[in-house]
Amino acid sequence: MTIIQARNLSKSYRISEKQPGLAGSLRHLVRRVHRDVVAVDQISFSIEPGEFVGFLGPNGAGKTTTLKMLTGLIHPSGGELEVAGHQPWRRQARFLRQITLVMGNRQQLIWDLPALDSLQVNAAVYGLEPVAAARRIRELAEMLELGPELQRPVRKLSLGQRMKAELLAALLHSPSVLFLDEPTLGLDVNARVRVRDFLADYNRQTGATVLLTSHDMGDITALCPRVLLIHEGQLFHDGSLALLTQRLAPCRQVRLELADLHPSEAFAGFGQIEEHHGHLLRLLVPRDQLTERVAALLERFSVLDLEVGDPPIEDLIGVLFRSRDAAARGDSP
Amino acid sequence: MASWRHYGRSLRSFWSTSLAAELEYPLNAVIELVSVFGNLAGSLFVLQLLFAGGSSLGGWSWNGALVVLGLYTLLDGITTCLLQPNLSRIVNHVQTGTLDYVLLKPIDSQFWLSTRTVSPWGLPAIGAALGLIAWASSRAGVPSPALLLLALALVLASLVILYSLWFVLAALSIWFVKVWNATEVLRQTLVAGRYPVSAYPPALRLVFTFVLPVAFLTTVPAEALLGRGSLAWAGGSLLAAILCFGGSRLLWLHAQRFYTSASS
Repeated sequence: MTIIQARNLSKSYRISEKQPGLAGSLRHLVRRVHRDVVAVDQISFSIEPGEFVGFLGPNGAGKTTTLKMLTGLIHPSGGELEVAGHQPWRRQARFLRQITLVMGNRQQLIWDLPALDSLQVNAAVYGLEPVAAARRIRELAEMLELGPELQRPVRKLSLGQRMKAELLAALLHSPSVLFLDEPTLGLDVNARVRVRDFLADYNRQTGATVLLTSHDMGDITALCPRVLLIHEGQLFHDGSLALLTQRLAPCRQVRLELADLHPSEAFAGFGQIEEHHGHLLRLLVPRDQLTERVAALLERFSVLDLEVGDPPIEDLIGVLFRSRDAAARGDSP
Repeated sequence: MASWRHYGRSLRSFWSTSLAAELEYPLNAVIELVSVFGNLAGSLFVLQLLFAGGSSLGGWSWNGALVVLGLYTLLDGITTCLLQPNLSRIVNHVQTGTLDYVLLKPIDSQFWLSTRTVSPWGLPAIGAALGLIAWASSRAGVPSPALLLLALALVLASLVILYSLWFVLAALSIWFVKVWNATEVLRQTLVAGRYPVSAYPPALRLVFTFVLPVAFLTTVPAEALLGRGSLAWAGGSLLAAILCFGGSRLLWLHAQRFYTSASS
């Protein structure tokens, strides 16, 4: 049985366009120019119960729009969608009791009160009996390693503690489908690892289905055997993370701090320039040519500092799409 | 039945948590007390100036005008307790995107947005208003239980009208994100309700009856309480309440289809 099924799911927005400046604003008042923007363009996928799926894509790719259609916050413009046996946009109570949404950049806990108070509100709204709610809070608090923190006003908690309390609030009603939008945003390394461990345990113990978006590749590699990669509203990859890494892995990131200033053209033959500001340079270099290119860079330029690592997911995806576009145009890569 | 229990329990948890949060700032109580009695004293002073020239204001006696002022203060207190803390937050929810969390709860979103918090700081105004109404109306002749009930129904109708207008303005933030000023203009206009509508020039009287229902808010319930109301006005007030509430409900259901949610 499939728990999430999307067929040709689409969403387009009508936005009004305005020229900059006062004159543009006045013209905008008199005559509005509208433009349709396709945020999600006919994507199809299905997710089985218990799967832990990563949802990747650069900013503006359509991830959040898709997530909002899946949770029922916005209406699809086209296609079919079914989540846990319901059409999400109808937001029926029976559907809402089965899902949850956690957003790393927004909180639902009451700022001035202990998290326990917010949890009681959620328990009442989800119709949990007080005894059952108390038991559930104890269980989750134990898994999340939260104790006396729950009795402290939320404003006095650290970012990591707050996120754990947010997770507790979001999972109180034992949802079977979890939508997590950047749940580790802004957390330090330790807090991030703890949240990851908890999510992995929760998925294993309860069999809940999880769809996770994150800019942190660490989250995705630690948690998601399967990833959906979306770019410009289209589904670009649906499969194992290993397969995606194979497609993306050919590059490593080389960061250099140079002693002298050089024009960008000077580095043209060394790799894809991702960033070049003054003395700082960031390049993507094919993995199989890494040592020779780095050696050549060190020989040609006076280098103060050098760092080799995995590039951010956005850059990898960018390289992938640039090479795909080039191939489509018939250029040599 | 289960649904009533669900909503009752939710409301209890909403209000107990919000009262606890408000009590974190006890200084507000002092400020509110000073402001309520300052406002009342100011209005009484103005009324006294108006009555100094003659014994009636637009056909209203001193006691009648005090009942109107009392009703205005009562509405103002209830606004401070319930309407202001909830409805002014809707715009914020839309701007910051926390409306997402509200829409995903298995409870009616209009109910949540309209009742989520309660503030105790309107209570001094409500207490002072009830005292003033009781004192002034009994001096004008003790109202019969039937009149008292009718007046109560009309006060409820005026609350529903005020709530609906405010909610509609706040809900418009889904289309036009900045509507804070509009709700503030509404609240300021309602200040006109502290004096009987007939005290204003005819043109304003029309505006206060048909455009901004200031007349329904205080004058109509006061007339009922003083035994000089007409059935037509009372009926009109109840009808206006039903229409306004129905309108706010329809608009909210419609607005949700247009909600695009703040992007992250």
